[in-house]
Amino acid sequence: MSKQHIKFTVNGEEKDVLAEPRELLIHTLREQLNVTGPHIGCETSHCGACTVDIDGKSVKACTLFAIQANGTEITTVEGIGSPDDLHPLQKAFREHHGLQCGYCTPGMITRAYRLLQENPSPTEEEVRFGMAGNLCRCTGYQNIVKSILAAADEMNGVKEAAE
Amino acid sequence: MIPGAFEYHRPSDTASAVSLLQSHGDEARVIAGGHSLIPMMKLRMAAVEHLIDLQDCQDMKGISVDGDAVTIGAMTTQHDLIESKILADAAPILHEAALQIADPQVRYMGTVGGNVANGDPGNDMPGLMQCIGAVFTVLGPNGDREIAARDFYEAAYTTAREDDEILTQIRFTAPKGGYAYEKQKRKIGDYATAAAAVLLTKEGGTVASASIAMTNLSDIPVWSEAAAQALVGGACDADSVKAAVAAMLEDIDPSEDNRGPVEFKRHVAGIVLTRAIERAWSRA
Ligand SMILES: Cc1cc2nc3c(=O)[nH]c(=O)nc-3n(C[C@H](O)[C@H](O)[C@H](O)COP(=O)(O)OP(=O)(O)OC[C@H]3O[C@@H](n4cnc5c(N)ncnc54)[C@H](O)[C@@H]3O)c2cc1C
Ligand code: FES
Ligand code: FES
Repeated sequence: MSKQHIKFTVNGEEKDVLAEPRELLIHTLREQLNVTGPHIGCETSHCGACTVDIDGKSVKACTLFAIQANGTEITTVEGIGSPDDLHPLQKAFREHHGLQCGYCTPGMITRAYRLLQENPSPTEEEVRFGMAGNLCRCTGYQNIVKSILAAADEMNGVKEAAE
Repeated sequence: MIPGAFEYHRPSDTASAVSLLQSHGDEARVIAGGHSLIPMMKLRMAAVEHLIDLQDCQDMKGISVDGDAVTIGAMTTQHDLIESKILADAAPILHEAALQIADPQVRYMGTVGGNVANGDPGNDMPGLMQCIGAVFTVLGPNGDREIAARDFYEAAYTTAREDDEILTQIRFTAPKGGYAYEKQKRKIGDYATAAAAVLLTKEGGTVASASIAMTNLSDIPVWSEAAAQALVGGACDADSVKAAVAAMLEDIDPSEDNRGPVEFKRHVAGIVLTRAIERAWSRA
């Protein structure tokens, strides 16, 4: 089937790509747009390494055709912070040892970002439940949970200080 | 894992989606959240020539509660179900079950219509819908018709819906009394090894009415009238719960797979049903 134009914004930039309808969003991002933050872990909808944020939802980009995302706003880990201006989640993962090999980290941070948007002060249990779609083979999750709770505190503190 | 090629359609309402289905015959499939269909397409277990994306069909989205009449549009996601306060008040059993389906990412995409239309014995909503006596509306070239959830499932992946029909909404009366959805799974995000949906009402210390359905213990969901009858009139004590479990075990027909051998599944079925009855009774 012929390629079609697909338009969406990725991390605030408008993109217009040509892709066959069967192209999965993760491949469009990584191979056409060189947005390599989202990783391919399992490719079977289980691990969450490919998680991106689409119009305010955490989505596994290996389980969505790029064409289904036509017209949407997509945010990946690259759009959450930059090396010079890390997001509190990114800082917290570094400070609290929330990663070892780092393979799961882009998905973890992108998912945690949406979780904290929806629930800015989660309990430990809510963090564990809200992160259940992301697998990590290294950390044993303890430090990931710790990092997300620390980021929530930091983000709430910043907000309080500004008020 | 790249699916076979297909042509993509994105109709703006349900009526246009039905005419697309009709014009492309059995080469066409609708896609809702895609979280059952895309994995099957990647494995090349589903071949689709024309994929009809329902995401713009606003007429199939939303939850409404009018008195005790509840209506849920087929394109409502599991995430929307969980977030809905009016639904949690009217039918808390749906809230309890939706929280046990898959994981957060899947629930943002997966729809309740896709879950009940799919026909996978592992899906949680079909048994639940049988338990609460829901009715599905399907729209085809000749208009709407209604099919009871209890009559909808014929075999794995085979339902009473015709190929050119779209399941548009789910209707039911808000259940009364105690409720529970109890699911045993190997890990979060897994389908049930066994799950039980239970509704109970209580009058003067005894069970006045009961409804029981089991998930992933046969190639279709199992609504066990005999299990419910074993409870009615009794005080929901250990003996009547045992009788209900024994009756349920007569009705299920699990098969061995990577979730365990038949005997293990029957054992787990008994445990989840016992827990579900006890929890429902404590809430009745
Ligand atoms: C990792 C993972 C874990 C999961 N765990 C669970 C679980 O524990 N419990 C559970 O119940 N499910 C689970 N699922 C499945 C998930 O809930 C699916 O989203 C759901 O089964 C199908 O809904 P969908 O909207 O994604 O449908 P789709 O995948 O889009 O469609 C599924 C099928 O239904 C048809 N269809 C969809 N909508 C309609 C309609 N309105 N009318 C007619 N036909 C229609 C499609 O043509 C297709 O054949 C899991 C999925 C994944 C990826
Ligand atoms: S790569 Fe998408 S969920 Fe694992
Ligand atoms: S840090 Fe290695 S998989 Fe999570």
